[in-house]
Amino acid sequence: MEKNASLIKKAINTIKSKGDVAVIPYICCWDPDLETTEAILWELAEVEPACIELGFPFSDPVADGPTIQKAIVRALEHQPTFEAYFEFISRLNQKGFPYPIVCMTYYNIIYRFGLEKTVEHALQSGLAGFIIPDLPIEEAQPWIKANQNSGLATIFLATPTSSEDRIQKIVKHTKGFLYYVSITGITGARDSLPEDLADRLKITKNLCGNNLPLAVGFGISKKEQIKLLYPYADAFIIGSAIVKIIEEKGKNSPKEIKTFLKNLKNL
Amino acid sequence: MKIPNRKGYFGKFGGRFVPETLIPLLYDLEKAYLKVKKDPSFWKEWQYLLKEYAGRPTPLYFAQNLSSYLGKKIKIYLKREDLLHTGAHKINNTIGQVLLAKRMGKNRIIAETGAGQHGVATATACALLGLNCVVYMGAKDTERQKLNVFRMKLLGAEVVPVYSGTQTLKDAINEALRDWVTNVTSTLYVIGSVVGPHPYPMMVRDFQSIIGLEIKKQILKKEGRLPDLVLACVGGGSNAMGTFYPFRQDLQVRLVGVEAAGEGLHTDHHSATLAVGEPGVLHGMLTYLLQDRVGQIKGAHSIAPGLDYPGVGPEHAYFKDTGRAEYVSVTDEEALEAFQLLSEKEGIIPALESAHAVAYLLKIAKDLPKDTIVVITLSGRGDKDVASVREYLEGN
Repeated sequence: MEKNASLIKKAINTIKSKGDVAVIPYICCWDPDLETTEAILWELAEVEPACIELGFPFSDPVADGPTIQKAIVRALEHQPTFEAYFEFISRLNQKGFPYPIVCMTYYNIIYRFGLEKTVEHALQSGLAGFIIPDLPIEEAQPWIKANQNSGLATIFLATPTSSEDRIQKIVKHTKGFLYYVSITGITGARDSLPEDLADRLKITKNLCGNNLPLAVGFGISKKEQIKLLYPYADAFIIGSAIVKIIEEKGKNSPKEIKTFLKNLKNL
Repeated sequence: MKIPNRKGYFGKFGGRFVPETLIPLLYDLEKAYLKVKKDPSFWKEWQYLLKEYAGRPTPLYFAQNLSSYLGKKIKIYLKREDLLHTGAHKINNTIGQVLLAKRMGKNRIIAETGAGQHGVATATACALLGLNCVVYMGAKDTERQKLNVFRMKLLGAEVVPVYSGTQTLKDAINEALRDWVTNVTSTLYVIGSVVGPHPYPMMVRDFQSIIGLEIKKQILKKEGRLPDLVLACVGGGSNAMGTFYPFRQDLQVRLVGVEAAGEGLHTDHHSATLAVGEPGVLHGMLTYLLQDRVGQIKGAHSIAPGLDYPGVGPEHAYFKDTGRAEYVSVTDEEALEAFQLLSEKEGIIPALESAHAVAYLLKIAKDLPKDTIVVITLSGRGDKDVASVREYLEGN
């Protein structure tokens, strides 16, 4: 089964057409171990996500706050390889995992593995795409080239410091969805989001046009936040709030995560 | 060819691999820097402070005793950056960047520090020029370098211990980058070496090039010709790049950067990035890195805390690949011997970092042709290392 950029859009549209909330949960693969990661993924499948962000851990995650940093430390204890990550995705897809999975990792992992080889392995495993937070469009030419006609989602980020001109350029290179970073800062659940976020999402949505869904992430963990932003974004990325549950409950986290997300989606 | 190019590349190395939030800031910074680069009033102010406040120019001292000890056939000169205010070359750069921050209207400075030298130099420049200063330092380093932590506090800076990762310099840089992503408008990140995303490697190199420019002038006056061999230690590589850059087109001058081999290159305890590292992306730059097969960054080790970094400036990576400079390494033990020898023969206690450059000369002196003129950049003084050297010598 092909699971690429267009599937993410399809999934988001299906969920939205039912008046439901499209969520994109993030977890870090191997946190706290691979068995638990798989158990969480199957529970996540039951809340009908738009897609799932499955992190591959990197030792120096500059875009991440303390919660995800700790998850990465837990995951790195297993000394995971990128090959093992792709094998894991393959196994999931052979078992019929029903939602697209995108990989979130830092550029050095991909650079080290080889750009073309990464694309090849991703396609073979059925991975849907990549989010690389330290790869701005300025440096992305080799990556974009490696993905020509791959069908994989190349998801770039736009932030409050990106001008409209820049967002337009970013949108051109983005496939799957545009990842809008709600705040100037690092990942982590926050009580309040910037007041002008809705306005900025409106402008950004406009720049995305009809073909590219807009997802918002960083700091989102509460139903009220989603309610407020629901009209302006197509999907909501929930990371640190989920990872916090893994930190607290470890192997017992899968069911709790499902309950948390079900409640979050139930506006 | 202009180096770096418009995108911040030195050959295939360099670039701007940072989160999107920072990209517009890096453009602003580059623009502001290119503007002051052409503004004589900026350089006048910088030169004034370096001369009257920091003590430039530093002497190029003929080390007669050491030259005699090594058989009199070579002449050794020491570029005395150790005599500068705060005890090392770091102040050349921090005064430059903090002056730039003021012109950009920033009121808050952040910096990373390993051993504390760059932190102290940044806190000093901030005290002098009236800006708020926050210094990120690995928690392990705050333990090892308590005196420097206290110094920074005396100078009015806030020191934040970093508990993530290996709790050393590389994690302090990560945390400073995270702070910068969060406080983009008020803050400028003052990087301490020729590392990080463009325009930092270029900017820090330019500020540190005063070292090499002075050497050139001084040696021509003393010897009537350029040196044959120039040595400097390389961690991130700022004193070495500042020393080498003005000589880059004088191909008769052999440039040698000395990395830390720590407990030996066959072990995992060294910082010899150029010797055994492989290209990768860290802290915003594509350069040689110490990393494992997967691409996870390895911890670095050296008895010299300022060399303890798993990356290296992209321009050094470029100099290595083009062959313009050679990169070699010496062990902790060899550096310690040089540390003691220079203290005994010349009455100069060098920083352990700088002792690496001296140590390499000791290794090759006997093979150098007669009348070779050697310049070693003594990037800092050894006061900060006296306690740890004592511990080491008494422990062995």
